[in-house]
Amino acid sequence: MTLAEEKQITAPTPRVITTKPRTSDKIFRAVIFTGALSSLVILAAIAIFLGLRGFEILAREGLSFITGYEWYSSINSDGTAGEDPSVYGIGAMLIGTIITALIAVAIGVPISIAAALYLNFYAPNAIRGFLVGVIDLMAAFPSILFGLWGFNVLMPSGEYWAKLLHKYLGWIPLFDVSTPFFSRSPFIAGLVLAIMIIPIVTSIAREVFSQTPLDRIQAAYALGATKWTMIRAVVLPFGYSGVVGGAMLGLGRAMGETVAVFTVLNIIFQANFQILLGAGGNVASLIILKFGEASAEEIKALMAAGLMLFLLTLVVNMLADLLVSRTVKQGR
Amino acid sequence: MSTATLSYPKPQKPWRPKQRDLIPTYLGILVVFLGTWALVEFTGFAGKLGAFASAVICTTLVSTFLAGRSRGKQAAKNAAVASIITSLALLAMFPVISILGTVLVRGTKGLYVGFFTTDMGLASVNDPLNVGGILHAIIGTFIMIIIATLISVPLGISTAIYLTEIRGPGSRLIRFLVQAMSGVPSIVAGLFIYSAIISGSGRGFNGLWGALALAILMLPTVARTAEEVLLLIAEDLREAGLALGATQWRTVAMVVVPAAKSGLITAMILGIARIAGETAPLLFTTGGGDETNLNPVDGVMGSIPFAIWKALISGSAESNARAWASILVLLALVMILFFSARRLGKARR
Amino acid sequence: MTENVKPSSLASVAAANANRSPGKHALGTGLEARSVHAWFGKNHVLADVSLDFAAGTVTALIGPSGCGKSTFIRTLNRMHEFIPTAAMAGEVLLDGRDIYASGVDVTKIRLKIGMVFQKPNPFPSMTIGENVLSGLKLAQLKQSNKEELMEECLVRAGLWNEVKDRLDAHGGSLSGGQQQRLCIARSLAVNPQVLLMDEPCSALDPGSTLRIEETIRELSETMTVIIVTHNMQQAARISDYTAFFLADGHPGMMIESGPTSEIFSNPKDKRTENYVTGRFG
Repeated sequence: MTLAEEKQITAPTPRVITTKPRTSDKIFRAVIFTGALSSLVILAAIAIFLGLRGFEILAREGLSFITGYEWYSSINSDGTAGEDPSVYGIGAMLIGTIITALIAVAIGVPISIAAALYLNFYAPNAIRGFLVGVIDLMAAFPSILFGLWGFNVLMPSGEYWAKLLHKYLGWIPLFDVSTPFFSRSPFIAGLVLAIMIIPIVTSIAREVFSQTPLDRIQAAYALGATKWTMIRAVVLPFGYSGVVGGAMLGLGRAMGETVAVFTVLNIIFQANFQILLGAGGNVASLIILKFGEASAEEIKALMAAGLMLFLLTLVVNMLADLLVSRTVKQGR
Repeated sequence: MSTATLSYPKPQKPWRPKQRDLIPTYLGILVVFLGTWALVEFTGFAGKLGAFASAVICTTLVSTFLAGRSRGKQAAKNAAVASIITSLALLAMFPVISILGTVLVRGTKGLYVGFFTTDMGLASVNDPLNVGGILHAIIGTFIMIIIATLISVPLGISTAIYLTEIRGPGSRLIRFLVQAMSGVPSIVAGLFIYSAIISGSGRGFNGLWGALALAILMLPTVARTAEEVLLLIAEDLREAGLALGATQWRTVAMVVVPAAKSGLITAMILGIARIAGETAPLLFTTGGGDETNLNPVDGVMGSIPFAIWKALISGSAESNARAWASILVLLALVMILFFSARRLGKARR
Repeated sequence: MTENVKPSSLASVAAANANRSPGKHALGTGLEARSVHAWFGKNHVLADVSLDFAAGTVTALIGPSGCGKSTFIRTLNRMHEFIPTAAMAGEVLLDGRDIYASGVDVTKIRLKIGMVFQKPNPFPSMTIGENVLSGLKLAQLKQSNKEELMEECLVRAGLWNEVKDRLDAHGGSLSGGQQQRLCIARSLAVNPQVLLMDEPCSALDPGSTLRIEETIRELSETMTVIIVTHNMQQAARISDYTAFFLADGHPGMMIESGPTSEIFSNPKDKRTENYVTGRFG
């Protein structure tokens, strides 16, 4: 058959295949779909309700709700309005949230990456399962336990290391303190948060590293690589974005943590960049601190603060998820 | 074939080091111990962490030297990295051991039989340790867990079935939202229930509102674990069901879900473990009562985390002991859940 | 076996190939396997294989699936031990020294005995040029004239003309056959004495397969090549020696080995004859 002949044949139009589901399947799908919508509905409801309640304060304070450092509720104990106007700004607490979370990531992520590499490539087979179990168990510990333990057990050693840091690295502004008060500092809160995020970051890093194609690992070994040069040339480039995602997920967790931070940290309303000094805060602990005795107006301000925290962690988490799922898919 | 009569050698693993090759290693371990002792004794490294840091330094130096001496520079580098990675991994395990040890030592001091049979209705957290208990809190925690489970498990498993079985429109978006939801801070869940139900409505605190907040936190854990479990079910099983003329509904209900049963129970248990110790959301919703209350829709309800919280912020020696004893109970609960989930998970594979 | 080749044609291919005179150059004494056994856990997968690979020759390992030939080739550069349950017995001598002796640095062994895998696996994070030189980086070898070495390796792998203008492109942008030749070039950069190839063409189209075969013929002038293949035409075309493996309910064993032309035209063992004539497998 020549080419010209071939062209003259008209291609048949593809048939449209339709499946008509049974009624029982229609009902089944509708029910399941409704259930599947729950996450969408709940997330939207959180944003809507916190937004509605906090709207009044947000509208009044405007941008200074985020940038302002002052939180002052001017209501007398008998419920009447005080003389000075109330001011609500979460700037100092936002800075505190970011500082403690960054400290947690700076300490926790390298340890997590090392732990994941150890579990995937170094650990003897006999104890690997046990060690993975230990890390997973840590993920199930309640946050109030970390708070209690952090306050009673970790704080003394944390203070010791803080003093050591101050003594040798005090010339760096970050490690300087204006008064030698090392207890209940953002550094110690960051340490507790670091320990709290280690399980999740480790398990994500482990998952990502274990997706490294085996043939690439073997190719590196066949070229005379040592374990470390293999990891550097094959595993780390492959897992890079996944591990960054895992670190961001840890960042999100650390930002939203409430009880542990409240227990450990000395909450002071000022932007404190001296991480070793015993003063700081985060948005979540602000809400806990003020909620008990808050007036109706202050409650609204707290709702607005909660909305900010919700949006902040949501954005961080979504970015993290995009990075992790990209790597994991690439490996499959 | 005549092979059966041949005598074969025993399997060997020549890549494993032999006893004779290990002599330098043993000497190295000895040097590490001596070096660590010297560092702790004569320099500023004090305490457990100081000793650990000294041991890490010594181990790294010694293993680097040993590898470098026998196999050259790049082997030395490899050994140094291996020793640092191992040390950091050990460091990650430290807190678990410390936490378990502390809770066990301090928690047992506050325990007595009445701790499980009485509530705090007539006692204050600062009373001596032989008065009052956390019966009300244990009951409250169980009631709230049951309600939260009844809400979040159907929703979570529906989500998982939608993602794995129906794979309908918006699957990617829903998967993404579930993931995002798992990162919602627990305090936001509590604040949301407060703002949506309690605030300004005249409704008071009660166990149901607490359970709703917990259900929000439990849902993504259940949905994600259940999805993973359902994905493990082989595709041929579904096709076999459909090829027999079953509707999708019957295939899912009679083939897929039964095959994944133990996995789905694992998902539920992991979800419960996630919420059993949650404190922050309960502070905004339950009111944290001191008396035993069996009715989730009427009046404040206590819970173990809330009891710990109350004891914690009080600050006296007695209340502190009470907090540790309560956390021992909570930890025991969480660990029972964790290990049963693991056990089920292992049986599945 | 799907390819139903008449024995006479295979034998003639092998005979034509036999005109080559292998081992012209002195390249060391080559590689010798001395009664090698291999296990996975309790499972004895390979028994008592003794085989010499003279320097500068191409040896093909043939046999049905599961006969242990891939396991055997992996014992030759100690890739076998990556499987946790793996065990072995016997000796593998490179230039007369046992590569499994205690105190031997395994990374140096793998530098001398390179390997090309079934599926092309260039490192995706590296460019074509970096891929070729990756072995130097991984083993941390010093090399002064990297550009020259890169060109030489790509020329020897028969890839230079196709990629010389895009050395900075990523390895993944090449076709499957080109990727496999890139992997060969990568192995050549560390200048191995022996090159192991585990079914290097099984994932490629016939055209690319022919190119790789040409490359193998050229390589054999400077190194020892050992190739596992399912394609008997290929074995007949390119190898000087052939070894036939068979499992048959027992641990895999080497049934027969010898010059390729003899194995294909005049096998001594009935089972070899059955296999090369396509009666089973």
